[in-house]
This record gives sequence, C-alpha cells and structure tokens, in this order.
Amino acid sequence: MNRIDQRFAELKAAGRTGLIPFVTAGDPSPEGVVPLLHALVAAGADLIELGVPFSDPMADGPVIQHAGERALAKGVGLDAILAWVRAFRATDMATPVVLMGYLNPIEVHGYERFAREAAQAGVDGVLLVDCPLEEADTGAAIRAAGLCRIQLAAPTTSAARLERLCGAAEGFLYYVSFAGITGAARLSVAEIESRVGAIRARAQAPVAVGFGVRDAASAAAIAAFADAVVIGSALVQRLAGSADAAETCARAQAFLAPIRGALDARAAHAA
Amino acid sequence: MTSKIAPPEDFHAYPDARGRFGPYGGVYVAETLMAPLEALAETYLRLRDDPQFRAELDRDLAHYVGRPSPIYHAERLSAEVGGAQILLKREDLNHTGAHKINNTVGQALVARRMGKTRIIAETGAGQHGVASATVAARLGLKCVVYMGAVDIERQAINVYRMKLLGAEVVPVTSGSKTLKDALNEALRDWVTNVADTFYIIGTVAGPHPYPMMVRDFNAIVGREARAQMLAQYGRLPDAITACVGGGSNAIGLFHAFLNDRRVRIVGAEAAGEGLATGRHAASLAAGRPGVLHGNRTYVICDDNGQIGETHSISAGLDYPGVGPEHAFLKDTGRAEYVGVSDDEALAAFHRLARTEGILAALESSHAVAQAIKLAREYPKDAIVLCNLSGRGDKDVHTIAQREGITL
Ligand SMILES: Cc1ncc(COP(=O)(O)O)c(C=O)c1O
Repeated sequence: MNRIDQRFAELKAAGRTGLIPFVTAGDPSPEGVVPLLHALVAAGADLIELGVPFSDPMADGPVIQHAGERALAKGVGLDAILAWVRAFRATDMATPVVLMGYLNPIEVHGYERFAREAAQAGVDGVLLVDCPLEEADTGAAIRAAGLCRIQLAAPTTSAARLERLCGAAEGFLYYVSFAGITGAARLSVAEIESRVGAIRARAQAPVAVGFGVRDAASAAAIAAFADAVVIGSALVQRLAGSADAAETCARAQAFLAPIRGALDARAAHAA
Repeated sequence: MTSKIAPPEDFHAYPDARGRFGPYGGVYVAETLMAPLEALAETYLRLRDDPQFRAELDRDLAHYVGRPSPIYHAERLSAEVGGAQILLKREDLNHTGAHKINNTVGQALVARRMGKTRIIAETGAGQHGVASATVAARLGLKCVVYMGAVDIERQAINVYRMKLLGAEVVPVTSGSKTLKDALNEALRDWVTNVADTFYIIGTVAGPHPYPMMVRDFNAIVGREARAQMLAQYGRLPDAITACVGGGSNAIGLFHAFLNDRRVRIVGAEAAGEGLATGRHAASLAAGRPGVLHGNRTYVICDDNGQIGETHSISAGLDYPGVGPEHAFLKDTGRAEYVGVSDDEALAAFHRLARTEGILAALESSHAVAQAIKLAREYPKDAIVLCNLSGRGDKDVHTIAQREGITL
C-alpha cells in the first residue's frame, strides 16, 4: 500500500480528519525547506503538499504567486525540490508528500525522468493543476512509476465529469471549495457539504477540501464532512518574511497548532 | 525544409474534437474551467452552423467592421524594392484599426447568445482591448480589460481609447507585466466569475475551443484575399506573409491557403534585438515545445520550464507562446517562421510611410519587412501578399520616443 492510502486508512481507523498543509517549495528560504517539512509534521500535518513554483501560476492568487516568484528568484527548480524530499525521507518514512504544480516545468524536465526521480526521492503523489482528466495521457509516466495522480474536482464540475473523476481518483480527491483562485475567501459551508456528500457517495477515494480554509474555525466546519482539509495561502502568508529557518518552523507550529486542536476536538466530540 | 510531422492531406481538418493540432493544442486548464470551456465549445460549434448566427455575423462584418477590406498593390514600394509585386491586405482599414475586431465581433455575438453580461479581455498593444471595449459598448455589456503595467505605459493612447469606450482597464503588475501576465490575470478573473462572464481571448492561443474559434473568426481575411486574388489577378500569390504574436492575424490570412501547396507561407516573429541576444519574442523560431495558457505549443522558457521574459518593440508581439496551429504548421513544414528585428520593423515602417502613405502598426511592420525580404527573392511578375494587420496611430509615441523626438 502506498503512503497516501496508508495514511488515510489510519485516519479513518482513528476517526480523525486529515490536516494537509501546502507550502511553496523554497519559500521563505531554500535552506529552511527540510526543517519546515519536519516542523509541519510535528505540528500535526498528516500529508504535505509541496508547491513547485512556476512563472505563470494561472490558478493561484497573489499570496502563492508571490511565494513562487520569491522562490524562483532564488533559483529553486525541480532538482532542488526532489533533493529536499529525499532529505526529508531520510528520517520520515511515513508522511506522504504530494508535489503540486503546473505542467511546463515537468514537461521540460521530461515526464519519464521526472517520474523516476520523484519516485526515488520518496514523492507519493503529483497534482498537476493544469492537467485535467481529459489530458491524462500527458504524464502517463507518472502513474507508471507508481505515483498517485491527484485529481481536482470543482463546484463547476458537471455530474458526468464528476462520475469519471471519482472513478479515476487515486490517493485522494481534492475538492476545490469555490470557483476561484487560491487564497480568496468565499467559503459557503452548506454548499461545499452537499457537493462533498455527492462526491463521497461516488468515490472510493477520500475527499480533501481546499481553497479558502484559513483558520481553526473554517477547518473545523469543513471537517464535519470531509476526510481532510488543505490549508495553503493562509499558511504561506504566515511564513513569509520570517528571518530564518527556526522562525519559519516556529511560525508554522504556532499557526497549525490551533487548527490541529480544533480538528481533534471535533473528532473527540464526535466519538 | 525538415518536417517533424508528416503533412496531412487536408489542413482544414484540424483541430480534432479534443482541440488538438497534431501534438499541439488541447485543454490544459484547472478543473474549474473545464465546464465553462465545454459549454463554450458546444455553443460555438452549434452557432458556427446556425444560418441565423452566420447572417448576423456577416451583417456586422459588413456594416460595422467595414468588410471586405481591399488588397492594395503597393506599386511604389514594390518598384523601390525591385522584386516581386507586394500586395497588402488592408486590415488596418477596419473599424478600430486592426484585424482584432473580426474576432471580437464574433465572440461578442457568442457571449450574447450565452446570456453573459460581463466581458473580460487581455491586451498587449491595446488593439484587442479596444476591439473588445468597442463590441461591449455596442452590445451594452460591462467590459474589464487586463493589461500589463509595462504595456499601459507604452500604449497610452489605446488605454485612453478603452476608457472612452466605457471599459475598465486593470493594470497587471505580476511577472513581466506584459501580455502573458495579463492573460494569467484574465484567466483568474474568469475562474472567479464564470457564471456571468465571457472571456474574449484576443489571439489563437488559450485552451480549446479558443484557438479554433478565434481562427474561424479571423479566417475571413484569407477567404477574402484568396477570392480577391483570383478575381483581380486571376491567380494565387506566390508567397504570403504576416506577423506572428499569438498568431491570429497570421492564421487568419494563412488558413484559406493551407491546402494550396504552391503558395509559400512565411510567418514573421519578433526577433527584438536579435535572436542571438535572447531579447526577442520568437517562440517558433527560437523556442521549444511546452505547455502555456491552456495549450501545448512552442514557448520561450528556460531549462527549468519557467516562461521567459520576451522583448519586442511592438507590445502586440511580446508574447512567449504562440497559437498551437502555428506549432503544427511549423512541424509539418507547411509554414516557415522567421525572426524580424526591431530595427528591421522600424525601417519597414518608415519605408511604407514614405512610399505608400500608410502608417502601419509596429506589429504589422514586421510583416512588411518580411514581405520586402521575400519580394527580393522573386522576379517582378511574382506576387507577395502581406497582411497589414493594423494601423500605426497607436505607435507614433513609441516611434517618436525611440527616435529621440518629443511630441
Ligand atoms: C495590429 C496588430 N497586429 C498583430 C498583432 C499580434 O497579434 P496576432 O499575432 O494574434 O495577430 C496585434 C496585437 O496586438 C496587433 O495589434
């Protein structure tokens, strides 16, 4: 069983909601990435999404755009990112890592080479923002190397597409909570709940909800019906501008602790 | 010429149902945009064959845009060059001054049929922004135009024109602050406002169905030109040329001629300060296959796949991608793509002004420069047809500044 399935099975057995922080690889600092990944785990992360910076992130809002621009200005690329995952894996064999990004950096790196190197480094899944199900043969090498292709579902996704997405889902299905870009805040919990309900009725894979989750309250509200919550922009914003790796880790800990607490309190209450 | 892909029997059979031109094109967007793109493709394919829609479009093209545009024999220019006869397809005479209106008139009619009340557009030179603001005003739709902060500076006249037409112009300050960033920002707006908003993309780029739809709306240029050639000269041209930014005016001219194998097709990309300097916008001549803005095509990027900054004296050609159909035409060897530098374009601008009394857009001046080069390769009785995609009024400030003149 791969690490993602393993982790969701453990969460289910324990009756807990997964916490998935997203950070942009190389921001706030390239040296701080590996300590940050460990700090996220220490603060209660169940799975980590590591953003691969791209010059033209068309689905991202200003916070993640700027984090990506800062990382690119420091020369961050796939080679460095895979080396960080390898270093993280040296002491953490359990926490799944999903790379999230856009196609062109991988296309230029070469799909087969990327898939081989990512699998060797200990990456568990890949979420390609600009590669919908229709173009799935792009990057077929990624699946062939044993990595999960994480699919997105959105409020605009039609019933027919949802059916296909649910059938194709691997690892988990990432439900985008509203039609918009990352970092916007337009959560309508009732709407999300009914959509996630429809997805869970169809999909074998667990459902994680992201976009717009920013604090303990919004995370707890989503946790009532989702298998996991993803927190991106709010965390990236919080980490931006920290002076050194130690401060970045401390900020991550301070930011995630109340969210982890709220998720666990809800689980304890439900049990 | 080397061709990486065997040329097909019928170039008019593309794209396929998935929006592919061979390995290029497709729909590389976030899940949220899949539904609106499917709805757009379905609506457009239905309208394309709807006689009432066609009649409406033809009426607008005739009475609002002012079509057909003539083909004009540039006799003094041709004589001065001393080679083939140069003919200009006068898209500069269209309402709003460029080919861009052919597309916006069409897409605005589609937007209205879909019940959308808000138009968004990206723009580089401002010509597409003006053409979008124009049709939005005419149909009473709200219009927001995204424009790179750098372009706002160098195309001040067009920014003011858009405002006069009632559009809101939003400066884009991310990335390189030019056309590609304006496109990113427009996509972000669309993803956020899909319910009431129609995104009028200004060139043959973006996800399917845009490269097909924008081509179809501009293909009138080549259809007219081909018929005008046969009617007025009794034959087809020996070579045709157009400038290539995203590639809409070029594919507009080329498309009707794609199956006429004896007609040579040459696209002129912006070589900026020279292909060797790295300061250019020649995606086909100097880029590599990649994925940008929803399609697979040739892009200008580094070894990490990061899209590069481009340079051209003309804002409308300053784009690191290119329409996927051009990528296909390049790889099949059906069309050649070459670079024309800033200096060559400027020289052509002046030459056309002085010999023919026509101020061409800086974008179109690249095509004129290429037409002059081509004309030299042919005898006097040959014909080179050049798409004069737009007029140069918007560029007089840029040219004056470049030449050290304060207006
Ligand atoms: C007059 C003119 N020609 C050409 C272009 C380039 O666009 P395309 O390559 O899509 O024709 C522009 C773009 O702004 C333009 O204004």
